[in-house]
Amino acid sequence: MATQTPAIETHNAAASKPSRPLWLEVLHGWVTTVDHKKIGLMYIGYALFFLVVAGFEALLMRIQLAVPNNHFVSPQVFNGLFTVHGTTMVFFVGMPILFGFGNYLIPLMIGARDMAFPRLNAFSFWISAFGGILLYYSYIGGSGLYGAGSAPDVGWFAYAPLTSRVFSPGHSTDYWTLAVLLSGVGTIGTALNIVATTISMRCPGMKMSRLPLLVWLYLVTSCMTFVAVGPLTAAQIMLMLDRYAGSHFFDTQAGGSAVLWMHFFWIFGHPEVYILVLPAFAFANEIIPVFSRKAIFGYPAMVAASVGIGFISLGVWAHHMFTVGLGPGANTFFVLATMVISVPTGIKIFNWLATLWGGKIHFTVSMLFAIGFLFQFLVAGLTGIMLSVAPFDWQLGNSYFVVAHFHYVLVGAILFMLFSAFYYWYPKVTGRMLSEHLGKWHFWLFVIGFHLTFDFMHIPGLLGMPRRIYTYEADRGWMIWNMIVSSGAAIQAVATLLFVFNMVWSYFKGAVAGADPWDAWTLEWSTTSPPPAYNFAKTPTVASRRPLWDLKHPEDPDSNYETEQHLPRSSQEESL
Amino acid sequence: MFASQGWCGLAAIATSAVGADPTNMFAPAGTPANSIFSLSMLVLGVTSAIFVIVSGILIYVLVRYRWRKSGDKSEQEPHQIYGSNQIELSWTVIPVLIVVMLFLATTRVIYTTEHARKPADALDVTVIGRQFWWEFSYPKLGIVTANELHVPVSDPSHPLPTYLTMSSADTDHSFWVPRLAGKTDVIPNKVNTMWIDPQAPGLYLGQCAQYCGVQHAKMLIRVYADTPQEFAAWVAHQQQPAVEDPRVAEGRDVFMHNACISCHTIRGTVATGRFGPDLTHLASRDTIASGSVPNTPENLHRFIENPANLKPGVLMPPMHLNSHDLDAVTAYLTTLK
Repeated sequence: MATQTPAIETHNAAASKPSRPLWLEVLHGWVTTVDHKKIGLMYIGYALFFLVVAGFEALLMRIQLAVPNNHFVSPQVFNGLFTVHGTTMVFFVGMPILFGFGNYLIPLMIGARDMAFPRLNAFSFWISAFGGILLYYSYIGGSGLYGAGSAPDVGWFAYAPLTSRVFSPGHSTDYWTLAVLLSGVGTIGTALNIVATTISMRCPGMKMSRLPLLVWLYLVTSCMTFVAVGPLTAAQIMLMLDRYAGSHFFDTQAGGSAVLWMHFFWIFGHPEVYILVLPAFAFANEIIPVFSRKAIFGYPAMVAASVGIGFISLGVWAHHMFTVGLGPGANTFFVLATMVISVPTGIKIFNWLATLWGGKIHFTVSMLFAIGFLFQFLVAGLTGIMLSVAPFDWQLGNSYFVVAHFHYVLVGAILFMLFSAFYYWYPKVTGRMLSEHLGKWHFWLFVIGFHLTFDFMHIPGLLGMPRRIYTYEADRGWMIWNMIVSSGAAIQAVATLLFVFNMVWSYFKGAVAGADPWDAWTLEWSTTSPPPAYNFAKTPTVASRRPLWDLKHPEDPDSNYETEQHLPRSSQEESL
Repeated sequence: MFASQGWCGLAAIATSAVGADPTNMFAPAGTPANSIFSLSMLVLGVTSAIFVIVSGILIYVLVRYRWRKSGDKSEQEPHQIYGSNQIELSWTVIPVLIVVMLFLATTRVIYTTEHARKPADALDVTVIGRQFWWEFSYPKLGIVTANELHVPVSDPSHPLPTYLTMSSADTDHSFWVPRLAGKTDVIPNKVNTMWIDPQAPGLYLGQCAQYCGVQHAKMLIRVYADTPQEFAAWVAHQQQPAVEDPRVAEGRDVFMHNACISCHTIRGTVATGRFGPDLTHLASRDTIASGSVPNTPENLHRFIENPANLKPGVLMPPMHLNSHDLDAVTAYLTTLK
């Protein structure tokens, strides 16, 4: 087959030369595809669309909050905005974009021709996609047959009993529930696919100990998904039973428990944070070594730390509930668990620093974003330690300090690393380089906007400003900080538009990339850009973690060292 | 451009020195807030030190090991290093020690705050969170009021804390007055307690810190720390029945013959509703609409005409009174000192 396929391709190309395919044919090709690369790109395109939508919602909120007692939007509209913004960003931007990259990259990086279950892959994408559409359909159909549409307005963690029919009449909460439920089904499907692919589709020679770190981290993240999404799905079903079948799980007026929902939600919600951030670590593990021109420092420690984070993250959820009144015993336990997770996280940061140490650091736009990620993730980790100190959390919890903290993780770490990944893998996907010139504008504008917004957002929190308020009193001293935060948001919006423009412009006018523009070491760079539908004409065989390094340096291959992986390459005087 | 956490903290403290921030958690005025403040300074110190060291190393590495086109004639890759067990061990053990230290300090504050011994003469207040206002009742004193909590000031040499027993009548809320204590959630079907002991007389502001519905933003809290004399006088006054002023009998009639009485209580009258705030001593309060506007006759008039004017999403409906009745009922309510 492998030898025949290229011949078929050329034959087709010759036959269809006179007439370009109709757009309907192109559309049909995308809708019915089971190719992991096309599905990956659809995930990414879908997520980018919702990134712009939910970013626009954030801008509306920032206009409303720029000055006290503003009347730009009504409280009802504002409450809908933050609910839909949060839900969209977590379920319909974060998850799909990360799964999109995983879908595209994992088979290429392990030398496979597709995912283990291509049809399940397509099913997972489409079910998630319909979830997003359902969420936004609420704006049209939310109030049911007799009213105008309304957005869900219960907050992205939808605490009971605000979601009961007494407090949330109409159907907007149902659209929210179903949207999240469907997205969860898709997530499980894709996670299952990633695990099966990683376990069973590796090319000859690729032992688990030679797996690229990106794939390792996707494996961990997918396993966490199995544990985390179940409780969320169960809770959504219980909520629907409460709303329509007369059950009383969360119905406090009939003896149900509001705290039960919190447990269900956060036993999903906290692992979810790590499910989102581990893929960002995964990108960093590939990109930082390539632009430092050095192998990753401490590969086994990086794997161990990732698995450690995966396990510990399942036991920290109640740090979202320090103010709920669980009692000093439970609070103490969750303080310890939460603090302990900073140890493997710290190991990761130190290993990245050690990878940079002694390298030849190339400041491409991709690397600039990765460095932004390192710096901002450090800060986010440190504010995380502050929040893990339960008494400090009694003050900081549910304030704008928390909002600043998790946006530091989601934007400062994850989105920065995503931008880095876009600049790094765009040439592989399209065959053309993203403009470095536009990219530098994008980077610096985004860095300035980000720090204006999210550095200064910590301060109103310290000054007592709770989250989710549509307006605030003028006498609290919060206005100046909110003005700065809002102005930074506008700069970030401009930078994001520049990025979108760069993506479109470079697709047509960018420099031709070639198979391996970054002189990188993992298998995806051994095939053409863009890769053919079958990925590799001949299934590759690997002998180390960096197969392309071995090819480029036959005199000094990695495989010589990986059996004694902790010894420095040559004599001791060259060590750190 | 890169602002560190310590910097954020310092900025907040610096602004507090001006005295412009009534809800600054770094200007504590009670024991729980104080012990959190001390702990937070320790945490800020430790995290700032980590920040300075790690970001310092990052900047050093970026400058020292940047690739220079001119200085790098050789096309050679840098020396490859794969790892080191000793180094991995060192940057595992040091963070573990820091974690142990922070954990012990944290545990101490958790237990001293949550397991504090309650003095026999502590004041008890029951707090009920409601969409979108606070009901405060003093079970031993027979007082019910709303949104404005009066407590005696607590002399550190002779502590007189106020214990709040809290629950919610509808959705989740959270009681947060940053200068006095951390927040405690107010949850239906669950009873939580917390205590406050303001150490200087004055007004302490706060607000609901758990999203509770449309008008979550204007569910404000005002805590008045009174001197013992002031507090005794306030209690004595609140225990009086409602003022009966014959000059506003017409307004009183409007009130008692409309739906007002199904939601509001005015002690000693037929108005015994429990859904809205107790109005027995409405005029003795500084604010209306959960602390969001001053209690002036004009604001009261606007509020009764259509409560959503001042507080969109409020559960009180517009009563559709004609202007004569509206004026009369406003006049009546302003006499309820």
